[in-house]
Amino acid sequence: MAEAAESPGDRETASPRPLMRDLKAVGKKFMHVLYPRKSNTLLRDWDLWGPLILCVTLALMLQRSSLDSEKDGGPQFAEVFVIVWFGAVTITLNSKLLGGNISFFQSLCVLGYCILPLTVAMVVCRLVLLAEPGPINFIVRLFVVAVMFVWSIVASTAFLADSQPPNRKALAVYPVFLFYFVISWMILTFTPQ
Amino acid sequence: MAAADDLQFEEFGDAATSLAANPDTTTVSIEDPGETPKHQPGTPRSSGREEDDELLGNDDSDKTELLAGQKKSSPFWTFEYYQTFFDVDTYQVFDRIKGSLLPIPGKNFVRLYIRSNPDLYGPFWICATLVFAIAISGNLSNFLIHLGEKTYHYVPEFRKVSIAATIIYAYAWLVPLALWGFLMWRNSKVMNIVSYSFLEILCVYGYSLFIYIPTAILWIIPQKAVRWILVMIALGISGSVLAMTFWPAVREDNRRIALATIVTIVLLHMLLSVGCLAYFFDAPEMDHLQTTTATPNQTVIAAKSS
Repeated sequence: MAEAAESPGDRETASPRPLMRDLKAVGKKFMHVLYPRKSNTLLRDWDLWGPLILCVTLALMLQRSSLDSEKDGGPQFAEVFVIVWFGAVTITLNSKLLGGNISFFQSLCVLGYCILPLTVAMVVCRLVLLAEPGPINFIVRLFVVAVMFVWSIVASTAFLADSQPPNRKALAVYPVFLFYFVISWMILTFTPQ
Repeated sequence: MAAADDLQFEEFGDAATSLAANPDTTTVSIEDPGETPKHQPGTPRSSGREEDDELLGNDDSDKTELLAGQKKSSPFWTFEYYQTFFDVDTYQVFDRIKGSLLPIPGKNFVRLYIRSNPDLYGPFWICATLVFAIAISGNLSNFLIHLGEKTYHYVPEFRKVSIAATIIYAYAWLVPLALWGFLMWRNSKVMNIVSYSFLEILCVYGYSLFIYIPTAILWIIPQKAVRWILVMIALGISGSVLAMTFWPAVREDNRRIALATIVTIVLLHMLLSVGCLAYFFDAPEMDHLQTTTATPNQTVIAAKSS
């Protein structure tokens, strides 16, 4: 948070250093998500740039083409965006109402960053879909999405679990499971036109 | 204190009436927390209007409310007010879910499990899970049914998620509201012993929807008979939970109105499940299978006769 509070003068002189510092912070958090272990980095220096980048990437890759029929296709860009952010806000409110002592933005930060494995799964699925369609294609995608789903959940519970009162941990973790499950389903059922 | 009163057994049932008998005595009520807030306003009214105006009686009813552990003391614009609706532990949620799956005749779900600690966690997340269970199972079931067809192109049908969400959440919040309003109206006409707060009705409805989650998943099986058996089982279980909960609240009333209320509750529940089955799950096409098995026979007969 110390990096975020910079004077406007720095930006107007177009100095590249704050941008690099922010990007490095984002990159460092990506590494923490990919190799999750109990640490306070995501919580202490929270930022929402990483979640924004991930959410936009995911929504761009998941959106259906404009040729697709309105009624039956996959989600639009805005729908993915709304699901991710609305879902994250709901889970955060839920954990705060249950008595967790995590701040609102810290929780959004953790949930957003832990979408990284699923975004990687989306990229892999799109590459796999370039090959010939068939059951093997589907099994490969299913395996990749399942592994990344478990990775997301493990990463987010590693960061979030300690902030909950001990007799309510399962109540706070279940919505996280549902959230990543829905995103995984959207990735798995993505069909290009 | 009169000497005769020291030797006699007294009914220590009600703070207001014993205070009316002996204004100098202090009374302490150690009743069930769920019962006290409901009985206090009810019984003084029936025992006599003049006792309500006694300052001493009102003070003691405040004290008994504090002793009973009234939680809703924060104003509604603070965060703490809403935290009181999420004051449940994991085992309590599991117990309530178990109670909604195993309706025991004679045991009231509200009295047994909720007991003046209604929560919003269960209803909200059970409805959310149900929305996604129905949408995903419907999509999967349609995919499996149309798997062999050449003209079928798989679509994720994402629109149906928002439709499912609207239906389920509207049912889970509006029907309890209507039922609560109806019970309040009947309560003003006929004095009922049991009356439920809006949150408790909401809670019962939310937990009674839990059975539909495994039912929705099992509806993937593309057999009409299996689906209808599942509908009957789910309706039986959740309908009986609802009926056994609300029967004590209406049985003091006119017989016809009481029965009509219970029948309406069960009917709306059935409408929800049948409607979801019809809208989200395509009918398994039995004719489709028969035509594919019929044509090879016809070609064989044609080959033999020629």
